[in-house]
Order: sequence, then C-alpha cells, then structure tokens
Amino acid sequence: MSDAIVAQSTTIVGHGGDEIEAYEAHPLDGSGQPSVVVLHHMPGFDRATKEIVRTFAVYGYATLMPNLHHRYAPGAKAGDAAAAARDAGGVPDEQCLGDVRGAVDTLRARPESNGKVGVIGYCSGGRQTFLVACSLDVDAAVDCYGGRADIDLAPNLRCPLLGLFGVEDQSPSPADVAAMTSALEANGKTFDFHSYDDAGHAFFSVDRPSYRLDASKDGWKRIWDFFGTQLGGE
Amino acid sequence: MCTYVTTTTEASGSAYRGDDWFRVDRAVVYFDHPQDAPLDHALCIDVWGDRERVAVELDAPSARRLAESILAILDHDEVKVLT
Repeated sequence: MSDAIVAQSTTIVGHGGDEIEAYEAHPLDGSGQPSVVVLHHMPGFDRATKEIVRTFAVYGYATLMPNLHHRYAPGAKAGDAAAAARDAGGVPDEQCLGDVRGAVDTLRARPESNGKVGVIGYCSGGRQTFLVACSLDVDAAVDCYGGRADIDLAPNLRCPLLGLFGVEDQSPSPADVAAMTSALEANGKTFDFHSYDDAGHAFFSVDRPSYRLDASKDGWKRIWDFFGTQLGGE
Repeated sequence: MCTYVTTTTEASGSAYRGDDWFRVDRAVVYFDHPQDAPLDHALCIDVWGDRERVAVELDAPSARRLAESILAILDHDEVKVLT
C-alpha cells in the first residue's frame, strides 16, 4: 500500500446547515480507515494545526479539522478569523458541537471509513473536545490541556478519554486535573490522564516557546496507542 | 492556558495598515496566546474598523510601558488642555 496522503482545504456542512471551511488529510488509498476530528486552538485554523492534521493522515487516519472561526471572516487568514471570532464574543458551544457533528458525519460517510471516529483538541480545542465527548457519538477523545472544562458534564462522558496535561499549566492547573479525575472516577468513566513534569500549557506546539520535547514525544506515543486501540488504527 | 480575558472598548480615529488609512470604531484588548510573537502569552490589541484591523502583540512589561506612556502623554499639562 502507498504511504501517500492527500491534504487540502474543503467544505463541510456544519451547525445550522452552514457551509464552513475545513482542512482534510487522509491516506491516498486503503480501506477500513479510522477517522479523527482535530479541534484547533484559540489562535485558530493555523499552519501548525494543519500540520497536525497531516501527521494523523501519515499514521493512517482520515482527518478533518473544521474551521470553527470560518463564519466570522470567510476566506481570511487564521489570525484575522480568530480575532474576528473574539471580537464577536467567541464561538458558542452549540455552534461548535454542530460543526463537529458535521465533521464526524462527513468522516463516517467516507466509503474508506471503518466507522470509528475520534476527536482530539488542543488548548481551547481541548475544552471543546471534552464537550464533544460528553455530547456527541464519538468513539474516543483526547483532551490536550483544555482549561475550563465543564466538570458538571462528567456524568455524560460517552467514550474513553485520554488527557494530556502539564504540571506547570495554570489552566488546567494540577488542581483542575485532580478535580476532573475525581469526577470521572466517581461516575465510573473510562479515562487515562497523564501530567508531565517540566511542561506547561501547549507543550505540543513546535512553533512556540512552550514546546517540550520529552512531553511531546511521550504524548504522541500515548495518542497513537490510545487511538490505535479505540479506533483500530496502526 | 487560554485566558479568554478580553475587553472591547469604543475607539474613534484612524489606523494605518501599510498601504492606506482606515477609520476605526473599536479596540479589542486581551491577554492570550499570540499569533506570531515568540511568547506563551501576550497582551494583544486589535484596533478594528468594520472588518479590518491592525494588531499588535506585546509581552506584558512592554504593554505596561506602552499603557503608562499613553497615560503620561494624555496627562501632560500641554495635552490636558486640548482633550
């Protein structure tokens, strides 16, 4: 089988039937592909997060990243769209859920899909990932340092959850992670949390001073193991 | 961390985007992840006019110095009488 991938901008139907921009990447050929929805961080639908989408495709996952800021500045650069979304008061959770539902449906409808879809998000996308995992029909979720997650949603978690955090982060702080751990345990949920020493927020971001090599390498390994088990990936 | 800490204030004047000026009507100020500055967090200012903006991202000490400079100018005796 070829190791080639296809990566390109596309359009999906999101919340309210709106057509929104998305970035897709998937193996060029092969059947029975697992799928992943990537939720970008607060700075938006940027080059670094598109690189993450392509990385999932290299590992065999059909991947979609909806541009959650698209409505606020269609066709604009990531930074301008993120600023426009902030100027408008931010992305409502219901709108985010609708857009992610559209991405999940798009991925499951692919003839090459094995029917399994995971979701992963970074920073604000980590918070949204937890929201998605408690609200939509997905098969696995990875929360990468999402702060301000709604702990009251813990009883609603629908799928196995992997959480990757830095002990130097202030949101989520170690106390926030501990509180979520207790809430998930109390509700008998399946989850696996890891907090890295010498790492804070955004330790996966290779283009930011927050990048931490050891945490990032171990985190990626855990992601491949987790999605491999839950979604039938490599 | 994403702070989401944001304030929006009315602003009246013009901004220069490199090739022309445009009228502005509001400024959005926040402390969060920057788009470009090599910082984990930055004091960001977007000065908007309709759908276009000028943006700056400063580290916290720089932003504080800028704010103090603006206030010092506005509080100058020769300026006060004009505002």
